[in-house]
Amino acid sequence: MQPVLRTEHVTMRFGGVMAVGDLNIELFPHEIVAIIGPNGAGKTTAFNLITGVYVPTEGKVFFAPGGEGGKLVDITGKKADAITRMGMARTFQNIRLFKSQTVYENILIGQHLHVKAGLFASVSGIARKEEQEMRRRADELLELLGLSRVRDELCTSLPYGLQRRLEIARALATNPTLLLLDEPAAGMNPQETVELTAFIHDVKEQFNLTVLMIEHHMDLVMDISDRIYVLDFGQTIAAGTPAEIQNNDRVIEAYLGGNTDA
Amino acid sequence: MFTFTLPELLQQMANGLTVGCLYALVAIGYTMVYGILRLINFAHCDIFMMSMYFCFYSISVFSLPWPVALLLVVVATALLGVLIEKAAYRPLREAPRISLLISAIGVSYLLENLATVLFTGVPRSFPAVGSLQKIVNLGDVRVQQLAIYAPVIMLLLLAALLYLINKTKTGMAMRAASKDFETARLMGINVNKTISVTFLVGSALAAVGAVIWGQKYSQIQPYVGVMPGLKCFIAAVIGGIGNIKGAVVGSLMLGMLEILMVWRFSALSGFKDAFAFIILIIILIFKPTGLFGETFVDKV
Repeated sequence: MQPVLRTEHVTMRFGGVMAVGDLNIELFPHEIVAIIGPNGAGKTTAFNLITGVYVPTEGKVFFAPGGEGGKLVDITGKKADAITRMGMARTFQNIRLFKSQTVYENILIGQHLHVKAGLFASVSGIARKEEQEMRRRADELLELLGLSRVRDELCTSLPYGLQRRLEIARALATNPTLLLLDEPAAGMNPQETVELTAFIHDVKEQFNLTVLMIEHHMDLVMDISDRIYVLDFGQTIAAGTPAEIQNNDRVIEAYLGGNTDA
Repeated sequence: MFTFTLPELLQQMANGLTVGCLYALVAIGYTMVYGILRLINFAHCDIFMMSMYFCFYSISVFSLPWPVALLLVVVATALLGVLIEKAAYRPLREAPRISLLISAIGVSYLLENLATVLFTGVPRSFPAVGSLQKIVNLGDVRVQQLAIYAPVIMLLLLAALLYLINKTKTGMAMRAASKDFETARLMGINVNKTISVTFLVGSALAAVGAVIWGQKYSQIQPYVGVMPGLKCFIAAVIGGIGNIKGAVVGSLMLGMLEILMVWRFSALSGFKDAFAFIILIIILIFKPTGLFGETFVDKV
C-alpha cells in the first residue's frame, strides 16, 4: 500500500540544539499512528516540520494530497497554508482557537478554504448560494461533533474538553485527509480521556481520515493506535505496534527512566 | 461664552463633521494595519501626502479629467501602500515588533524626502473641484457642498469596508489573520496576501481622504501629511486602535471637539493641535484601550 505521509531523514537544528534528528516516519491510509516520548523529545517540532510551520534543516517531507491512492509529492519548504490546502490539518497542544469569536465563527474560518468566490462574486450574489452551502456544512459539522448546543457561544467560555473538541472540528472544516493531533488529551480527566478516545475513533471513521497524534496518556495511545513511534532527545528510538512498544527495553528505559512509579 | 444661536452651533457642527469624516478616512488605515500587524504604520501619513501629489500632477500638470484622475490616484496610492508593505514590512515578519516600527519610521522619512526631491519643497495649490466649494443654504445654516458630500462618501466607503470585512472570504481571512498568523495559515489562509489586501484597502481610503482634504486645506508640500497623520492616529487610538468603528467614532469626536473648541475659545485657537493631544491623554487615563478597544486577556 502507498503511504500518505513520509518523512525522509528530517532534521531540525535550532542553533546548536538538535530538536529532531533523522526522523523517518511513514503513515498509511486510515491508520492511527502515535508519536510518544518524554518532554522535549521533539514531538511538537516534528509536527511543525510536517505542517510547514518550520522548514527542516535537512531531509524531506512527502505528502499525498488526495489521501488514499494519491501520489506522494515533496512538500518540504512549502508554506503552511499551501499544505493545509492539500488536505493536512492539525490541532495544537495549547488550544489555539480564535478567541473572542463564537464556536460557529471558528468553524466558518476553517471552511474559508472552500469558498471559491472572490470579492467580486460575493458582491454580485453568485456567492450567496455558496455561502448558504458553507453555513449548512458548518452546522452539519457541529451536529456531527456534538457541538450544536454551544453553536453561538464564545469559544473561550466552553469547558476545556469542548474547546479541544471544537479545535478538532475546526481542523475538520478544512476538509483534510490527514489529521494531526497534538496532545488531544492534555489536561483531561480520565473520564474525558475515555470519551476522547471514542471520539477520535469515530471521527477517523466518519471522515475517512489518517491520524497522526502526539499523546502522553498511555491508556489512550495503547488503546487506539495502530502503530507507535517513540522519540527521545530528537531521535527515533523505537517503532512498532502497541504490544511491541510496551515490551521494548529502550522505551521503558527512556520513558520511565528505570523509575516505574511515574 | 455661552451665548450663541442654534444656527451658529449647527454651522460649527457641520464643519466639525466634515473634518471628522476626513480624519476617519485616514484613521481607518492606521487601525486596519494595527489590527493585523500590531504595527503603527508611521508611513501612512506620507502615503496620504503622496496621494495629494498624485492628484496634483494628474489634474494641474497633466490636465486629466477628474473621474480618470480620481481613479488613477486611488489605484496608485493603493499600490504604493502594498509596495511599502512588501519592501519594508514583509521581510521583518518574524522580527521583533520594534524593528517593524523603526522600519515604518524609516519609510516615513524616505517618502518625505523623496517628495522633497521629486516635487521640491515649494508649496503647491491643490486642484479644487468648483462644485464642492459652492455654498448651500440649509435653512439658516450655510455650508460648503463639501460638508454634505464628505459624510456621504465616508459612510458609503465605511459600509463597503464593513461588508468586505464581515461578509467576504477576504474579510474572514483578515479577521482570522488579525488574531493569530500561525493558526490562520493552518486554516489554509495566505497571510501575506491578506496583509497586502489590508494595505491596499487602507491606502485607497487614505487616497479618497487626501483628495477631499485638499478641497478644504488646499496648500500641499512634502510635510503636509504629518499633522493630519498624527491627528488621525490619535483619533484611531481614542476609538480603540484595531477597531474600525472605533476609528470612525474617534475621528468624528475629535473633529467635532476641535472645531467647537476653536469656536468657543477663539483666543486659544492657536492651540488647536495641542487640544487633540490633551483629549488623547484624558481618554487614555480613563480608558487605556480607547473607547471601543478590546482588552485582551492572554491565557498561557
